Amino acid sequence: MATGVAAWLPFARAAAIGWMPVANCPMPPAPREHSKKQDELIILNVSGRRFQTWRTTLDRYPDTLLGSTEKEFFYNEETKEYFFDRDPDAFRSVLNFYRTGKLHYPRYECISAFDEELAFFGIIPEIIGDCCYEEYKDRKRENAERLMDDQEENKDSKLPNMNFRETMWRAFENPHTSTMALVFYYVTGFFIAVSVITNVVETVPCGSTPNQKDVPCGERYTVAFFCMDTACVMIFTVEYLLRLFAAPSRYRFMRSVMSIIDVVAILPYYIGLVMTNNEDVSGAFVTLRVFRVFRIFKFSRHSQGLRILGYTLKSCASELGFLLFSLTMAIIIFATVMFYAEKGSSSSKFTSIPASFWYTIVTMTTLGYGDMVPKTIAGKIFGSICSLSGVLVIALPVPVIVSNFSRIYHQNQRADKRRAQKKARLARIRIAKKGSSNAYLQSKRNGLLNELLDLTGSEEEEQHMNKTSSLLESQHHHLLHCLEKTTAHEFVDEQLFEQNCIEGAQFSRSPSLSSQEGFTGTCCTHRSRKRIPLPNASLSTTHTHTHTQGLQELSAIHIQCGDQPSLSTSSRSSLNMKSSERSRINCRGQQITTAVISLPSPTNFPPDGDGHSPANPIPAPPTINTTTSSNIVKVSAL
Amino acid sequence: MSCRKRCKREFLKFAQYLFRLITGTLNADSVEDELELSAVRHRPEGLEQLEAQTRFSRKELQILYRGFKNECPSGVVNEDTFKDIYSQFFPQGDASTYAHFLFNAFDTDHDGSVSFEDFVTGLSILLRGTVQEKLNWAFNLYDINKDGYITKEEMLDIMKAIYNMMGKCTYPILKEETPRQHVEIFFQKMDKNKDGVVTIDEFIDCCQNDENIMRSMQLFENVI
Repeated sequence: MATGVAAWLPFARAAAIGWMPVANCPMPPAPREHSKKQDELIILNVSGRRFQTWRTTLDRYPDTLLGSTEKEFFYNEETKEYFFDRDPDAFRSVLNFYRTGKLHYPRYECISAFDEELAFFGIIPEIIGDCCYEEYKDRKRENAERLMDDQEENKDSKLPNMNFRETMWRAFENPHTSTMALVFYYVTGFFIAVSVITNVVETVPCGSTPNQKDVPCGERYTVAFFCMDTACVMIFTVEYLLRLFAAPSRYRFMRSVMSIIDVVAILPYYIGLVMTNNEDVSGAFVTLRVFRVFRIFKFSRHSQGLRILGYTLKSCASELGFLLFSLTMAIIIFATVMFYAEKGSSSSKFTSIPASFWYTIVTMTTLGYGDMVPKTIAGKIFGSICSLSGVLVIALPVPVIVSNFSRIYHQNQRADKRRAQKKARLARIRIAKKGSSNAYLQSKRNGLLNELLDLTGSEEEEQHMNKTSSLLESQHHHLLHCLEKTTAHEFVDEQLFEQNCIEGAQFSRSPSLSSQEGFTGTCCTHRSRKRIPLPNASLSTTHTHTHTQGLQELSAIHIQCGDQPSLSTSSRSSLNMKSSERSRINCRGQQITTAVISLPSPTNFPPDGDGHSPANPIPAPPTINTTTSSNIVKVSAL
Repeated sequence: MSCRKRCKREFLKFAQYLFRLITGTLNADSVEDELELSAVRHRPEGLEQLEAQTRFSRKELQILYRGFKNECPSGVVNEDTFKDIYSQFFPQGDASTYAHFLFNAFDTDHDGSVSFEDFVTGLSILLRGTVQEKLNWAFNLYDINKDGYITKEEMLDIMKAIYNMMGKCTYPILKEETPRQHVEIFFQKMDKNKDGVVTIDEFIDCCQNDENIMRSMQLFENVI
């Protein structure tokens, strides 16, 4: 139950009168209010600033500091107020959370200070309302990144216990971690530069031999260039093989872009080695040399900027595609027009539409080489329209691309944040629901334990049980119990339900047990299991049914709840992670057997007249087999 | 309208359209969206009047109102909020159908919203009323179309709504015909003259003879 609507619990309970005429069984008694306290004003003194609120406002969230008894630690007897030595500005948000049920994040507040305040008062930040959630998450992420940057700078020390391979990989990825890595990094960089320069210089015509033509240097100093090339390729090959060896996932490494670039850079050399100096393939061989220019892309390992540019282009691919498409459309249109306009004039360079493409592109991008110009008047008119529209067509998509890029980038982030928030919110709701239903089932078992302890006569533990659930909770559980009685069905948790389904499929005896007796039957068997605390419980004695589950049932519950202080799990919030613990607690003691319900011995279980158990004792379904404490008879349900 | 006037109007519209095309004014966002009807605000009658009309004391009314206004700052509850609030008490099942019936029972003037007066009047009957009044209220709840008779269909709707609140994970497993069987039992008990409907007198008579029901009516006396 969301404690925010605690104020409506009296209404829900009053409305339960609507079920009474329909029910066939008597209702359980209402929980007594131990102390009818008037609602009082509490003074909270936070560093001198006094806040006042009703006690019930704070009690709405019993899992926080202010809502639980933890605040008694801060009570000041002389001044009769609760004193907290914290920031009063941040406390405003905290107190507003109690009042309105929504937690807001004030924008002027520092994120870590706010987090600390929330942690102090036991409020988890995930319940920040939607209005402030985005801001909160943004600031938190910025802060985390800042901290991470700081941490990375301090990450010089080598982690212990790294084997040789991991060390090498780390050296490759972060060159500044060790001197060797740095040396290697610079050496490879140098050789990439050398290789690129070699490729460029190779084609420069140098030296004037007595021949007519200028010979490019490559052909003049073939051996020198070949040695240089070989050396570079050696280094690159060694580097690639080392990276391949050190990579944590070789397959993934081989698929990565950088490794493909590496391979493409060195492959031409090897192909050239393999191929002989054959006339036929020398043309292809020359083409392959073009690929050597890809070595320049190896620089992107050394340059962060290149990598960012590549990523930007990749992410803007659709916008660039649109730009290209619109340009193509315009080019085709204008080329056609120009061709037909210039068809008439003689000695026109516009020999065909594809030939006019060149003119259109040059004009639209405002290059204007002047190698093709229109001569007719119509051609000139359309030519001018072409250049004007060219400016528009080029200029328009570029800001669109830029703004698209920034919009998409931010949108992605926002969508991710929204998705995460929605998931978190759904998870919260689910956990809250589960928590409250688990709380109810837990209190049922507590109630049964209560009964048992009553039977064996240990007083202290019973009192302990009584105190653990708050009045609000016991009232809510009473309400749920009334609903159970009205419909003559019980709430069970999911595991038991699934087990029952399985059993129902395997052995059709158990549901028939209840269906034979009809409603009054099931209802009565339920009733018989519980102690009727009302004085005139004359109805129970008129039963002639064999009480199918007698003392055996009562004993077959898990007592492990008795040793856990986290019995007040229902109060420690559903919002906390403890729900997982709670569900573990619920199923830990139950070793559920898929055995058939044994037809029980007809032990008549007379209800005790003196009832004082305020909780709602209903034993769990009979297929539970647990170990119990020494007081209670050990029974297995097979 | 004469042809000339029509032509003139069309021409003006076209000229405006051309003008808008050239100057590029977009369609202005409809301003009405901004002036949203401010939420219906409701202020309840004074404390003294409510004290006189209901059986609650001043202090109790104060507590009730504070809780009410906290959840509904505008002072009225509409059906969705009502369903929302009520559903939070029954996490395992779906309480919205039953909340719908409850809402209709509380909304005595059938204006689609429950004000504080409606709320407190209903509570006064439920918590401080005589047994007769409570039974009357229950009858009113079951009688969906408020015609003075509870038919089997109405009862079946109510019953299904109640069983929906249990949810799926119950023991024993809920079957399809469970609500119907329950309705049969109810009618067997209540419908004395076997005419297929339950009137208010039959209902009250039967309930007053049933000890269980009588006892459970007293159950929530001390809720506030």
